[in-house]
Amino acid sequence: MTRWRFLARRLAMLVASLLVASFVIFSAVQVAPGSALSALTGGRALPAASVAALSARYHLNDPFFEQYWYWLDNVLHGNLGTSIEWRENVTTLMRSLAGTTAGLVLYAAVIIVVLGVGLGVASGLRPGGWLDSSVLVATAVSAAVPSFIAAMVLIAVFAVQLGWFPPLGNGSGFGDTIWHLTLPAVALAVSSLAIVARVTRAAVREEAGREHVQTAVSRGIPYRHIVSRHILRNAAIPITTVAGITIASLIAVDAVVETAFSINGLGSLLVQAAEDKDLAVVQGISLVLVAAFVVINLVVDLLYAVLDPRVVLGTAAR
Amino acid sequence: MTASALTGRPESRSRRVPLAGALRGTGVAGHASAVIIVLAAFVAVFGRWLAPYDTVDPNPVLAFVGPVGGHPLGFDFEGRDVLSRLLAGAQTSMIGPLAVVAISLLIGIALAVASAWRRGAVDATVSAGLGIVFAFPGILLAVLSTAVFGAGLPAAAIALAVAYIPYVARVLRGAALKERSQPYVAALEVQGVSGAAICVKHIIPNLSSLIVAQATIMFGWAMVDLAAISFLGLGVQAPTPDWGVMISENAVGIQQGYPLPALAAGACVIIVVIAFNVLGERLLERSGS
Repeated sequence: MTRWRFLARRLAMLVASLLVASFVIFSAVQVAPGSALSALTGGRALPAASVAALSARYHLNDPFFEQYWYWLDNVLHGNLGTSIEWRENVTTLMRSLAGTTAGLVLYAAVIIVVLGVGLGVASGLRPGGWLDSSVLVATAVSAAVPSFIAAMVLIAVFAVQLGWFPPLGNGSGFGDTIWHLTLPAVALAVSSLAIVARVTRAAVREEAGREHVQTAVSRGIPYRHIVSRHILRNAAIPITTVAGITIASLIAVDAVVETAFSINGLGSLLVQAAEDKDLAVVQGISLVLVAAFVVINLVVDLLYAVLDPRVVLGTAAR
Repeated sequence: MTASALTGRPESRSRRVPLAGALRGTGVAGHASAVIIVLAAFVAVFGRWLAPYDTVDPNPVLAFVGPVGGHPLGFDFEGRDVLSRLLAGAQTSMIGPLAVVAISLLIGIALAVASAWRRGAVDATVSAGLGIVFAFPGILLAVLSTAVFGAGLPAAAIALAVAYIPYVARVLRGAALKERSQPYVAALEVQGVSGAAICVKHIIPNLSSLIVAQATIMFGWAMVDLAAISFLGLGVQAPTPDWGVMISENAVGIQQGYPLPALAAGACVIIVVIAFNVLGERLLERSGS
């Protein structure tokens, strides 16, 4: 039953932080210099009918907390308001772009997990080998390369010089989209990939040197079995931590990569909306991105509990 | 068990470390990083005067012309000397992160020490508040803030500083808790020294090596994030020279097969960030956490 209590507590924390985050995002309109109305119109001159519609929609004549309540009620019903720039429902705008962004982040996450953990395990099991040395050098450099600079280098080399990949845009159809999203996904993944590989390598090396592993080796237990049951099982906890943190952080960096590659996604729309002072869009996308960020962090927390039952019991020395 | 506990004269360990030893134990890499950082700081202060050519006025005839005599890095998309703009751009590229680190350190230290000192309800409230800030990735908070307050370095830097506070506060709270349980603190309390005085005069100075290490690492993060925000067009505004701005405005050159100006600015960011990362990690190892 402690397991269910643990899950319930984590879910309650999730709801609480989403509520507070939504309040912070909502308050953005109120703290903006000038009146709430001018913040919502982004300083544009609108016809009186539109102003009346905005005031009614945001209940601008009601007390602050009531305004928040109406807004939240709308948000929970999937209504994020109308974009002042695009003159379209924010939910509709976002729905057409969410797939691209989710696909890009997922693509980068797969690269991080497969290559980062794979390289880390391979180099950690054979310390000092040629693979280990090259992984160490390559990750030391790429860990410090910000995604937007990686994007520039990737475009210069693989799109313009070699012509292997398209430099810009979304592509159409499944295969073409994957083709277009490859360089962006690599740009998004590169520094996280390096960090995950380094942490994995260190964790595997540490676990491989433990006494119980030496004992297993001396008892003639098959090497594959030792690696999977005795080394990786224990190394999985730090690896999950760092992979989870880095993958969650992709959500913010995504905006930069989408802009660098001119991809139409939530991130590039967010940046565009911020430039246009299109607050309804900024609020809607921020809300979704924060929710995704918080949910990924929850998933990582739950994974811990699966990997290390002490977390549930509250006895783990973390 | 310390001498201070016996003599009743508390002393701060950190104050015994002379300034010259600030880099002791950081190795060759740490020293090399420090040299790069000092150099970058020098350029940030004097770069404007070191720049041999005008950094703002466009000269379209020379747009994307390669390196020639006197212009070792060639010209940018508006025909301005790239080296001059890099030298002048160091200022905004370094001042932004400095402001971010200063603000988040100031607030983070205060919150960490207050929660370690008072514990209980204060501690619980502070960590709940930090948990909420934690839900906002730095770049996202900065974009939100520029949408509300208008694009520019101040809005972006303040938002990033807020987003970094949980990282500073969590690390320092743990260290401050350890420090608070030291016998010298109990000795001072018995002598009737006020809590605020103990925190400011003894606990914070004793955390200084950790604070410096944390600040160094955070400077690297802030530099990357601010450059990214300027790259998005929401931070430093063109035509002000800035490394992040230079990457975005010269990105067109990459498409046209002339990547030098954009990549030169990118290289400046990466070199300085690596220097801060390496030195920060060495300092962190030395501070023993």
